[in-house]
Amino acid sequence: MDRVKYKELINKYNVKENRLYNALLALLAGGTLGVLGQLLIDIYTLVLNIPTQDAQVFMSITLVFLGCLLTAIGVFDKLVALFKCGLIIPSTGFAHSMMSSTMEYKREGLVTGMGANMFKLAGTVIMMGVVSAYFFGILRWIFLGG
Amino acid sequence: MTFKYNDVYLEEVSSVAGPLEEQGPLGKNYDITYKDYYVGMNTWEQAESKMLVDSVDALLYKVNKLKQDIDVHISGDLLNQIVSTNYASLSINIPLIGIYGACSTSCLGLIIGSNMVDKGQVKNAIVSTSSHNNSAEKQFRYPVEYGNIRRKMSTYTVTGAASFLLSNKKSYIKVESSTLGKVCDLGVKDANNMGAVMAPSAAKTIYEHLKSLKREVNYYDLILTGDLGIYGKKILREYMKVEYNIDLNNHDDAACMIYDIDKQPVFAGGSGPSCLPLVFNSYIYKQMLKGKIRRVLIVATGALLSTTMVNQKLSIPSISHAVSLEVSDDLF
Repeated sequence: MDRVKYKELINKYNVKENRLYNALLALLAGGTLGVLGQLLIDIYTLVLNIPTQDAQVFMSITLVFLGCLLTAIGVFDKLVALFKCGLIIPSTGFAHSMMSSTMEYKREGLVTGMGANMFKLAGTVIMMGVVSAYFFGILRWIFLGG
Repeated sequence: MTFKYNDVYLEEVSSVAGPLEEQGPLGKNYDITYKDYYVGMNTWEQAESKMLVDSVDALLYKVNKLKQDIDVHISGDLLNQIVSTNYASLSINIPLIGIYGACSTSCLGLIIGSNMVDKGQVKNAIVSTSSHNNSAEKQFRYPVEYGNIRRKMSTYTVTGAASFLLSNKKSYIKVESSTLGKVCDLGVKDANNMGAVMAPSAAKTIYEHLKSLKREVNYYDLILTGDLGIYGKKILREYMKVEYNIDLNNHDDAACMIYDIDKQPVFAGGSGPSCLPLVFNSYIYKQMLKGKIRRVLIVATGALLSTTMVNQKLSIPSISHAVSLEVSDDLF
């Protein structure tokens, strides 16, 4: 059997992932996280009288902290299995990727383990983020003039 | 390449398994089970080593032998530089042949061991393999706590270790023949669909085995493949039919037997070098002892996955080895 025929055979048994369901679930989970973020901003501004711009930063810090904490106590990965990209795409997912890599290599030393591997997954996100920000910046400059 | 053996027997087997395997359908049959993934050690790699040591100790305990009585230990695992085996061997302390055949390691070890015993080079040999879900995830995929989203067709690496004792002393189960497989590649690049990667190599090895011994497929009561999973199992059956015109009705797959696929979070089933040996040593071996199954062909299937080569856009090669085990009539 050649490769083309074999590919046809495999495709016959391919199971489709439930993309629509996963997407809706991710939308719901991500949206809930957004609402939670907005609630935090409101609490910080209205109750604690923090300026809105600062409150936004505090909101990020709170969510990232919560993400890291849930990863550390072994809950976040179970939530990810349930809600998929709804939790991976927001900044909580970024924190989670760093935290989980750090935990994975904890026993291989502070520098050679944690230091070297902390950005194992997040490094790509930063690198691609900077590159795409550069190109979007150029596009914005062309179309909107800065 | 097919070998026929005259005086090789499977004297005893042992199996140790992790928590998820204990909850599976064969949970009660393992010699030792563990409550957590660390097995009392500091890291997953060390835990895997410990399980390997425990499986060899359990085997020696069952046959009432000392380490000095064993001539050679043939062992392998999934990790880079087969570290579990190497570090376990420090305390097992039997002359070691470290082998790597990914998930086909168990049958590769059995073939090497049987050849040595048959030629009279050694009087007995221990063959063992281990795998650990978390150490394998760490090496091949993502950090364990990351909980990377898995596809339905992916398989779940089994946590456990298993050992076989081959000997020239007559016992109930005979190693009758074996077939060494070739590396085969039909262009599958998807590391989440290992069943499709390995099915052609399993088919090829089964066909070669039957052809060189001039046997019909019905000669065997059971043909047990290693870790194809529920989809790989279907692919193998259809491939056998289309390519060689053989109906695999007496076939089952260890990946589908070790877990309760509907209830446990294992996607398409188990995988890893210890998947097939755990199923064989805990369940099939006992069935053979009871005389319910008399002739079994175990086919360990290995996907020779390297993340480096997959990132270089190459497809994943695979290899399968087959060992034929029969209830021996010589003794009874």
